[in-house]
Amino acid sequence: MVADFGYGVITVAFVVALYSVGAAIYGERTKSARWVESARRAMLLLWPLITLSAASLIYLLITNHFEVSFVYEVTSREMPTYLKITAWWGGQAGSLVFWSWLMSAFASLVTLRKWDRDREFLPWVIVVTSITTAFFLGLVVFYENPFAYYWSGPDHNLIVDALGNPIISMFAPAAGASIYIPQDGNGLNPLLRHPGMIIHPPMLYLGFVSFVIPFAFAIAALITGRTDDRWIRITRRWTLWAWLFLSCGLVLGSRWAYDVLGWGGFWGWDPVEIAALMPWLTGTAFLHSVMIQEKRGLLKQWNMLLIILTYSLVIFGTFLTRSGVLSSVHAFAQSAIGPVFFVFIGVTFITSVALLIYRWPDLRGETEMKSMLSREALFLLNNLFFISVLVVCFWGVVFPLISQLFTGQTVTVGPPFYQTAVAPLFAALMLLMGVAPLSAWGHSSLRTLGRAVWKSAVAALVVTAILFFTYTNNPIALTGFFLVALVLLVTFQEFWRAASARMRAQHENVFSALWRLVGRDRRRYGGYVIHISMMLMAIGILGINLFQVQTQGTVPVNDSLSLSGYTVKYDSVAQFPGPDGRQVTRAVVSVYQGNNYLGDLYPRIDYYPSDQQNMTIPGERSTLKDDLYIILVDWQPTAANGATFKIFVNPLVNWLWIGAIIFLFGIIIAAWPEREAEAVRARARRVPQADRKQPGVAD
Amino acid sequence: MGRTKFIVGGVLILAAVVYLIFTATKANAEYFMTVDELKAKGASIVSQDVRISGAVVGDTIQYDANTLTLTFDIAQVPGDQKEVDAEGGLAAVLHAAVIDPNRTRLQVTYNGPEPDLLKNEAQAILTGHLDSNGVFHADELLLKCPTKYQSAVPNQVGG
Repeated sequence: MVADFGYGVITVAFVVALYSVGAAIYGERTKSARWVESARRAMLLLWPLITLSAASLIYLLITNHFEVSFVYEVTSREMPTYLKITAWWGGQAGSLVFWSWLMSAFASLVTLRKWDRDREFLPWVIVVTSITTAFFLGLVVFYENPFAYYWSGPDHNLIVDALGNPIISMFAPAAGASIYIPQDGNGLNPLLRHPGMIIHPPMLYLGFVSFVIPFAFAIAALITGRTDDRWIRITRRWTLWAWLFLSCGLVLGSRWAYDVLGWGGFWGWDPVEIAALMPWLTGTAFLHSVMIQEKRGLLKQWNMLLIILTYSLVIFGTFLTRSGVLSSVHAFAQSAIGPVFFVFIGVTFITSVALLIYRWPDLRGETEMKSMLSREALFLLNNLFFISVLVVCFWGVVFPLISQLFTGQTVTVGPPFYQTAVAPLFAALMLLMGVAPLSAWGHSSLRTLGRAVWKSAVAALVVTAILFFTYTNNPIALTGFFLVALVLLVTFQEFWRAASARMRAQHENVFSALWRLVGRDRRRYGGYVIHISMMLMAIGILGINLFQVQTQGTVPVNDSLSLSGYTVKYDSVAQFPGPDGRQVTRAVVSVYQGNNYLGDLYPRIDYYPSDQQNMTIPGERSTLKDDLYIILVDWQPTAANGATFKIFVNPLVNWLWIGAIIFLFGIIIAAWPEREAEAVRARARRVPQADRKQPGVAD
Repeated sequence: MGRTKFIVGGVLILAAVVYLIFTATKANAEYFMTVDELKAKGASIVSQDVRISGAVVGDTIQYDANTLTLTFDIAQVPGDQKEVDAEGGLAAVLHAAVIDPNRTRLQVTYNGPEPDLLKNEAQAILTGHLDSNGVFHADELLLKCPTKYQSAVPNQVGG
């Protein structure tokens, strides 16, 4: 009953979403405010409707309604209630409901704002967000229904199709069929029962969905011809929050891989990871280049293109991360919804690009870029490098398909491809991060730039020289550390220059000077904090990629393994039952540095008998210098020869996580609300009168 | 004049990126093959890095913890998506590959911890090379368990 209700409500929501699209277009064409208002109300109705449907789904999940195929697949009786709730987004069908739920919530939030100044955008924002919501609702209603039942025939056996797969549907597939109720569910894969994995997908989705809002305004701007930077100003904060959530999602996913997957790394260039990274890359480029449009009135066409790309990559990413089909290159179409996704992406992309081409002349820059070293030119360069990274990623994902098409042989590229191709691009981005904050808007020459940067560059060289004599002679590492030092020094110098000016002029102490400084230009200084955090993350990435060492061996009790100054002594092992049905095998090892006892670590293997699945949880000792990461590989109660361990020392990797936390802090600084009026005044001062166009009047 | 500068700069960067991608692809490309395709290549592919996809045969998994040596067999599964669909989806294909004794099998050896996901009827994607004895030496294991083979839906409660 509840499942029927949930399905019924979501079907209604689908119809309402379509109505709001139609009403908005009709209202806009006939200039009828009543129709537009009706469309807006229909859209506001979506969130409560989808919430009802989602509540039904959660009810089914926590009350073990295994006759519903989705519930059977993602939960089991032994799972605790909170995991049953989070199973909502643990499977494809449920996560599509989750997606549309978030989308409708954000769309409602947007339409609740004051629209006095932007009336003409409203219908088109409704159209774009409602089409997107309707697409996901349509997938739920027609293709991936989380409410569908298993059925049994009159003989009480499960009804299966010709291939032996159970038929799942909302309605009886044959006369006399009744609902089939399995005794227990499949359960969520134990590897996914980790706090990082529980909040990782919602974060990623929040990021994905928030990017739809700036896209909706961009399309509204293209259609209405109001192509000034109003759409960017309205959605600036949305973009930043989208970026925050997406970044959070990426970081949590990496941390999960590091803690749970037990291979001593955090990023494997898996296509699913790349799918989440790609919209982040275009989003990051977009965040930078909108500043050029706001400050100089340039790059308008480019910004449109970036947000269109981001939207397409968001939909693409949702498909790839959820369909779970990617470890095989042949598998793009494996899921029933694959072709539907590709058609939707294709249609929205082509329509958006067509609109962009139609408005191309209106989106010309208000001035021209003159100097190649000016701030705006360096920002453009930054954009080109981000897009280059994107191209590398995209190429890596589609290369197998291309090679298949042209040679008949599938050829793939693995992590080394991405590493070699991406490393120089990131190095270039770091160099820009060091130089661009010192260049001037409009015009900079090599001489002015050199004068601003040379002190930091010399200091960074000194740091590099010290590292050469004390730490490493690896040229890649030294190049990396030089760039890190350069960016950090330049950024600190920027903080210091502005703060000390304030201290002199306003007679403030250093803390209140810094505080007010950041408060006055949150975007700029939030951005600098983000740059600093990126450099800390770079230290971690350089450390684990270039200096990771490992050893492995089987040792009897009280014997030890040594690696890179650490001695790991195997003390004991115990087996005991753990929560949610797992069987825990936990080793106790004591860690020494020289003769110095540092503490005990507990690497373990959790075995889930119901899934016949092991989960290897490393013992980690984390310091700023390095991480000691111990995996219990094997231990047999019957074997007399001890336990087998694999040990990694991951130098500097902790800086990655420290950087990640500072990074989130930096985005919050940049995204913190400030009064809109101020920003508008600031621009009015900068742009000469002649360049300003009245919105809507210009053509 | 101002414009030319930017165009030349842009073209140079573009060329550099294309060159970067081209060389990285060339240096790191690996053939992706099924077990049958690998066997058909025979000696010509020995010691060249390739990627192989197959179904893990659970009975053959052996692990020597002292040397961290893992050996197992993988069975041929078709690489073509249409064939996979025709046989009822990936889970069914993997199941069929493992129970069929006539499928081509390939012995695999790997040095390292036994991966959590290595079990019967998992899809294995291996990077490594074939030696002259026909044993595949994997440097990297990628394993994926498709949602359980679905005809294994348990019994109904009551009746």
